[in-house]
Amino acid sequence: MNPCRSISAWLVASPIRGAALPGLVLAGAVLALGIPRYGWVNPYIQMVLVYIGINIILAGSLNLVNGYMGEFSVGHAGFMAVGAYTASVLTFKVFHLAGASWLFPVAIVAGGLAAAVCGLLVAIPSFRTRGDYLAIVTLAFLMIVKSVIENTSYVEGASGLFGMKRLTTLPWVYFWMVVTLWVIRNFIYSKYGRGMLAIREDELAADLMGVRTRRVKILVFMLSSFFAGVAGGLYAHYLQYISPRSFDILKSTDILIMVYLGGVASLGGSILGATLYQVLLEVLRPSTFNEAFQWLPAPLFQWLSDHVFNQLDIWRMLIMPLLLILVMLYRPRGILGLREWPLLVPERDRPGKRPSAGKGGGA
Amino acid sequence: MSPLLEACEVTHCFGGLCAVNRFSLRLEPGELVGLIGPNGAGKTTVFNLVTGVYRATRGSIRLNGTELVGRDPHRITALGIARTFQNIRLFKDLTVLDNVRIAHYAAMRYSPFEAVLRAGRYRAEERRVLQRSRELLAEFGLEACADEPAASLPYGQQRRLEIVRALATEPRLLLLDEPAAGMNPNEIGRLMDFIRQIRQSHALTILLIEHQMKLVMGLCERIQVLDFGATIAGGTPAEIQRHPKVLEAYLGVEEGA
Repeated sequence: MNPCRSISAWLVASPIRGAALPGLVLAGAVLALGIPRYGWVNPYIQMVLVYIGINIILAGSLNLVNGYMGEFSVGHAGFMAVGAYTASVLTFKVFHLAGASWLFPVAIVAGGLAAAVCGLLVAIPSFRTRGDYLAIVTLAFLMIVKSVIENTSYVEGASGLFGMKRLTTLPWVYFWMVVTLWVIRNFIYSKYGRGMLAIREDELAADLMGVRTRRVKILVFMLSSFFAGVAGGLYAHYLQYISPRSFDILKSTDILIMVYLGGVASLGGSILGATLYQVLLEVLRPSTFNEAFQWLPAPLFQWLSDHVFNQLDIWRMLIMPLLLILVMLYRPRGILGLREWPLLVPERDRPGKRPSAGKGGGA
Repeated sequence: MSPLLEACEVTHCFGGLCAVNRFSLRLEPGELVGLIGPNGAGKTTVFNLVTGVYRATRGSIRLNGTELVGRDPHRITALGIARTFQNIRLFKDLTVLDNVRIAHYAAMRYSPFEAVLRAGRYRAEERRVLQRSRELLAEFGLEACADEPAASLPYGQQRRLEIVRALATEPRLLLLDEPAAGMNPNEIGRLMDFIRQIRQSHALTILLIEHQMKLVMGLCERIQVLDFGATIAGGTPAEIQRHPKVLEAYLGVEEGA
């Protein structure tokens, strides 16, 4: 039995339905506020939760362009960089004197808006090019952002910016994650969202059915990059250090892995992909394996420890892309590709009867 | 009576080759007109010119006096022209219902902000369009498969859905590109009834391209024949069947005749 199919079938058939959503969001809020305050879990797990939250924002927003609209953007890290630098400059250099951390949300929104403006610029070539060509355009955008930052001494160029306050907390990440998912979900189930799906299916037919395709593309790119910028701002104020290298093509690849692992055109998929990705990343650390395999005979353990476990940081670079290849081979649209968690589907758009199983599986 | 659609001396050239050459057409409101001609005569190009997929090199096309040349396809659709395609172009992975809802895009009036914030206008418009779409599907016997992907429908149903989707844009003029392609004589008979029915119920003017002579001759009030991008004949079905130029275009000229 294909494990991906089992997970997908279980999620789609899960008894938790839309009515439970407000309750779940509230429970999440209680946890997000309670965990740092009362230390319900150790700081390491708290850190992992923060990264999962940021990853969900990144994967959900990239899924708009790559999954729902069927384009192929590799520039998500670039939008993230724009948001990260804009927000950092604001809190660190502009608001710093006022010493006001309550302006943090303003900085995050400003970062998102700056990224959205860049999204507008990238949307324009997408009017004429699709697929591989748009991938190249977004790659060029990523490189431009990187070299602009490297050559701007105001933000310390290639050596990076550090010294921001740690303003990103678990409640803030949770808040922005919920906002992102809510906004993206509402967008998907609107005429603009359906226009976006129509563009993926057949752009010319969409235009001939009255969809203003250019307008929809601009909206999708701007919305997607806005939230990438928000994620960048949160990331910068958690790590307290950003450099052009934090937002290179590898960062974009990570987000692509989350989207394609979890499933294209599925918000549930992005939540799943972002979480799985971070958990795998944490599991594939030397310490995990050194602790887990101590029961092995000493010589064997020593050998494994030296040659495999302690090299995991390098192996990880191989394992993650390999995982992506496996998913593409056996489930090209990802675990939850083109299927949605019923929980995330608004009342009006739930089918009258349950969808039959196996639909939207591998292409 | 003023015409609904008036194409005047429309020419469209790809490089040096003119697919449509000084093409003229006048459609009165409520007419059902056929556009026929041998393969490669430029019939589909005419549809592409009228719907804005191509921009005419020369000439003018007016809908109720409004110039269409130079407008984007979605603008022309909003003005009241809808079409189907020779090779079905449904949104295959999307549900039957969503195929019809997408066609309401221009008729839904709310901004992206209202959508994202689930404002009252967004909810009201979505409710209205959902109901309207379900009514349309019910009217054409497709309500049972509303939640199925369009690609899962049998061929005949897909053709039917494409017409329903076109009707959802609330057109005044419907362009049908080979609606009977791939159908057997029985199905063609039912399609003819279907076209007559929607013309009545939706107050349509219809222009159709078709190779099935049974359908064209039995349905259309007037026929225009294209060959090499130019009109070679026009008239009632009976006139067209006897027209020497039409016989020549379809059957070729006999040597030394």
